[in-house]
Amino acid sequence: MTLARSLLLALIAWAAGAQAAPDPFKSTYQPAASTPTLIRNATVLDGTGRRLDRADVLMRDGKISAVGTGLAADGATVVDAQGRWVTPGLIDVHSHLGVYASPGVNAHQDGNEATDPVTAGVWAEHGVWPQDPGFYTALAGGVTTLQVLPGSANLIGGRGVTLRNVAGTTMQEMKFPGAPHGLKMACGENPKRVYGDKGRAPSTRMGNVAGYRQAFADAQDYRGQWEKYERELAAYEAQQKDGKGSRKKGDGDAKPPTPPKRDLRLETLVGAMNGEIQVHIHCYRADEMAVMLDLAREFGFKVAAFHHGVEAYKIADRLAQEGVCGALWADWWGFKMEAYDAIWENIAFVDAPSNGCAIVHSDSAEGIQRLNQEAAKAMARGRQAGLEITPEHAIRWITSNAARSLGVAGEVGTLEPGKRADVVIWNRDPFSVYALAERVYVDGAVRYDRAAPPAKPESDFLLGQPAGGAQ
Amino acid sequence: MRPAHVMTRALLCAFAALPLAASAQDLLIRNAKVHTVTERGTLESADVLVRNGRIAAVGTGLASGGATVIDANGRPLTPGLFGGITALGVVEVSLEKSTVDNDPHAAEKGKAVEPRPEFDVTLSFNPDSAVIGVNRVEGVTYAMIAPGAVSGDTVIAGQGAVARLDGRADAMVAPSRTLFANLNAGVSRAGQFMLLEQATREAKPTPQMRDADFRLLTPTGREVLARYLAGGRVVFSVDRATDIRQALAFAQKQGARPVIVGGAQAWQVAGQLAQAKVPVILDPLVDLPDSFDQIGATLENAARLHKAGVRVAFTNLNDGTHNARKVRQSAGVAVANGLPWDAALAALTSNPAEIFGLGAEYGRIAPGYVADLVLWSGDPLEVTTVAEQVWIDGRAQSMRSRQTELRDRYRPGAR
Repeated sequence: MTLARSLLLALIAWAAGAQAAPDPFKSTYQPAASTPTLIRNATVLDGTGRRLDRADVLMRDGKISAVGTGLAADGATVVDAQGRWVTPGLIDVHSHLGVYASPGVNAHQDGNEATDPVTAGVWAEHGVWPQDPGFYTALAGGVTTLQVLPGSANLIGGRGVTLRNVAGTTMQEMKFPGAPHGLKMACGENPKRVYGDKGRAPSTRMGNVAGYRQAFADAQDYRGQWEKYERELAAYEAQQKDGKGSRKKGDGDAKPPTPPKRDLRLETLVGAMNGEIQVHIHCYRADEMAVMLDLAREFGFKVAAFHHGVEAYKIADRLAQEGVCGALWADWWGFKMEAYDAIWENIAFVDAPSNGCAIVHSDSAEGIQRLNQEAAKAMARGRQAGLEITPEHAIRWITSNAARSLGVAGEVGTLEPGKRADVVIWNRDPFSVYALAERVYVDGAVRYDRAAPPAKPESDFLLGQPAGGAQ
Repeated sequence: MRPAHVMTRALLCAFAALPLAASAQDLLIRNAKVHTVTERGTLESADVLVRNGRIAAVGTGLASGGATVIDANGRPLTPGLFGGITALGVVEVSLEKSTVDNDPHAAEKGKAVEPRPEFDVTLSFNPDSAVIGVNRVEGVTYAMIAPGAVSGDTVIAGQGAVARLDGRADAMVAPSRTLFANLNAGVSRAGQFMLLEQATREAKPTPQMRDADFRLLTPTGREVLARYLAGGRVVFSVDRATDIRQALAFAQKQGARPVIVGGAQAWQVAGQLAQAKVPVILDPLVDLPDSFDQIGATLENAARLHKAGVRVAFTNLNDGTHNARKVRQSAGVAVANGLPWDAALAALTSNPAEIFGLGAEYGRIAPGYVADLVLWSGDPLEVTTVAEQVWIDGRAQSMRSRQTELRDRYRPGAR
C-alpha cells in the first residue's frame, strides 16, 4: 500500500469517526536526559486532592515512580526539600504565548485570522513563535504544559495546540505528543464587534449563533459526504474482489468512487463532532453558555470548557451536571459589558457542586507566571464565602482539572506513578504571594533552576539585548 | 502636621461642650499590629485613636473618650491604599464609549496628537461608580484619576488629580493636581519632543511671537501649561531609559517637577533618578518586553530603584481601573523579588502621597493624619488576605459592593 493511499484510508476512517486523523505536523518533542531523582521531605500536593506531609517523590525514566514517605533512594539523586512544597507542573489551558509573542509588535500579531468569522481550518501552532520570551517566564512560574489558542475575534477561530513548555527551535519540538487539538470558539461581544465593524455578519448575538449553526450544519453534510464515499468505496472494493472471475456483463466499466474534496474548515468541525478535538469556548455570560450547551447538543459535540466564563457561577450546577469545566480568572472584570458581573468567588462556586470542574487560566503572559497566586486568591475568597477549600484541593484547578479539559489527564496533572514527571519545587506554600518556584522538572529533567539561572537568555530575541534579569 | 493637629484639638474642645461627645468620625482601634509607615515602624498590639476623622494618637492603653471601640485582635492595620494611576469614576466599562470619559480627543477625530493641557478629567468623575466600590472594599481609599489612562494618544493628555473614594461629591484633593504627558503616544519620539517644545514656547511666549506663531494650543491650554511649567507636577509616561533621561532634561529646562510612570527600564537610570529626586510609579509585574521600549524589563525593577534611593510607588498598568485593587498583590511580588516589605507598603501608602503632594496628611498612621485606615485579615500584601474593614476620614465604609451583592444572590444553596 502506498503512503498516499494509507493516508487517504486513515483520513476516510477519521472522517467516519473511526480513528484519529494523521497529524501532518508531528511532534518531535524529546524528553531531556534525566537521572533518577528523589525529592525528600516535602509537603506534597499531588494533584489528586491529597496532601502528604514530609513526603518523598521519586522520578525515574522521566516518569513519576512513587510518592510516599521514607522512599528508598536506590541510587537516585537525592534533593532535600525540607520546608519546601511540591506540586505537579502547572497547566495553563488558555495562553496566547507564541501567537501574540513579546515584543507585541505588529509582526507578532498571529493569533486572530480575523478575515472570516469561521476559520476552523487555521491552527494556532502555525503561528507559534518558539522564541517568545514569555515561555521562559511561564516556566519560572512552574508552568510545564500549556494550550496555545487562537484569539476570540472569530466565531470559530481554529485549532489550539498543547505544548510542553520547553525551549525549542521549532514548534514541533514543543508539541505535546499525542495531545488532541483544541477547537477555539467565541461567544458574545468580540466576534460581533470585529465583523459588525466591518459591516458584515455577525453583528449581533443572533448572527453569532446562526454562524456556528451553519458551520456545523455544513460539517454534518461534509461528514455525510465522506461516509457515503466510504460506503461506495467499500462496495467498489468488494466488487473488485469477488468480481475476479465472476464479473457480470456490463460491469467492466465500474470505476472507483471519487473522494470528496477536502475542506480544512469542515475537517476540524467534524473532528470536534467526532470527539477527537476538545471544544473550548470563550464565553462570558451565563445565558450565552446555556445557548452554547444547546448548540453542542444539536450538533452532537461536547464542550470541554467554557473559557473566561465571568458569569459561570450563575450556572455552576448546570456546568457540573453536564461535566463542562469553567476555565476562569480570579479577578479580571469590567473591561467590557459581558465582563461586568464578575465576582471573586466565581472559581470557588463553579468548583463547589459535586463533579464541578474549575480551572484557573491566564490568557495573559503575566498571569501565566502566577497561576498559583490566582488560585490562591480564588481559594481565599471561596473560604471567605463559607466554602471549605484546602490547598490540596485548589491545586487541582491549575493541574489535574486543566489536564482533563485538554484531554491529557492520562499523562500529566497529578503525581501518580506512571505519569510524566512534571514537578515543581516551591520555596514555600505555593498559595502565597511570596512563593517562588525553585526548580521545575519536565519529564524528570530540570528545566528551570532558580539557583542556577542560564548565563544567556533562552530566547534568541533577548540575546545581545540589555539584560534585565527577567531571564 | 502641626496645624492640623492643633485644629483637631480645637475641634475636640468644641465637641466636648456638646451633649454627644463622640462624632461618627471618632474611633478607637485597639490591639492592632499598626504599620505606621513612619519612623516608628510597625507597632505590635497598639491602639489608634481617631477624632473627627483625623488620627489623634497612636500608642498603647489609649482611652476611647466615648469613641466607638474596635478590637483588632492583633490583626494588621495600615493606612488606606493608593490605587495607582487609574480611570476610577471616569470609566465604567472600558469598551463602552458612552461610559468612557477620560479621553481628551473622543470628539476631535483627526486631531489625535494635539496637546490638550486644559482637558481636566476630574470634571467627569462619578463618585458613585460601581468600579469604585469594588476597589474600596479591597482597601483602596484614594487614587489618581488620570486623563487617557486607558488609551493615551496625545503628547499632553490633560490634568488629573487624586480622588478620595468614599462617594463624596467633592472628591479631589487639591494639592494633587497633575499634568500628564504621554510619551508613548504613537508619534515618533522626536516628534513628541518637537510638539512639547512648541507647546512650551506658546505657553511661555516671547514678546517677538506673533499670532501666527501660536499653532498648537488654545488660549486656555497656554494658561494651564504655563502654570505647570512654573514648578507644577508633570507625569511622563515613559519606559525606555533614554526617554526617561529626555523627560528629566525637558522638565528641568522648563521648570516642571517630573514623575515617571511606567519606567520599565528605570532601573538602568536609577542613580540619575535618585539624584534628581524624581519618583517612579511602576507596575512590579512588568517583566516581559511588550515593546522594544521594555527590553530589560525585570521583576527586580522596584527593588533596584529602591536600593538606589528612588521613591517608588505602584500602579497596575494592565487594568489599573477595574483591577486597581491588584496593586497589593503586585507589591507582594515585588517583595518576593527583593524589595523590603516596609518599602513595598510605603509604595502603596506614603510614597504615592508624597509624590502627589499629600504626604503631610495621607499615607501614614500618625497624629494629625487623615484617618484612612484598613484592617486586614492577615499580612496586607498576601493574596489570601482580605480587607476586613475600611475607614475613610474615620468613617467605617460599607464592605459591600456590586460584586458582593452578586455573590450573595448566587451563593451555593442561595437559589
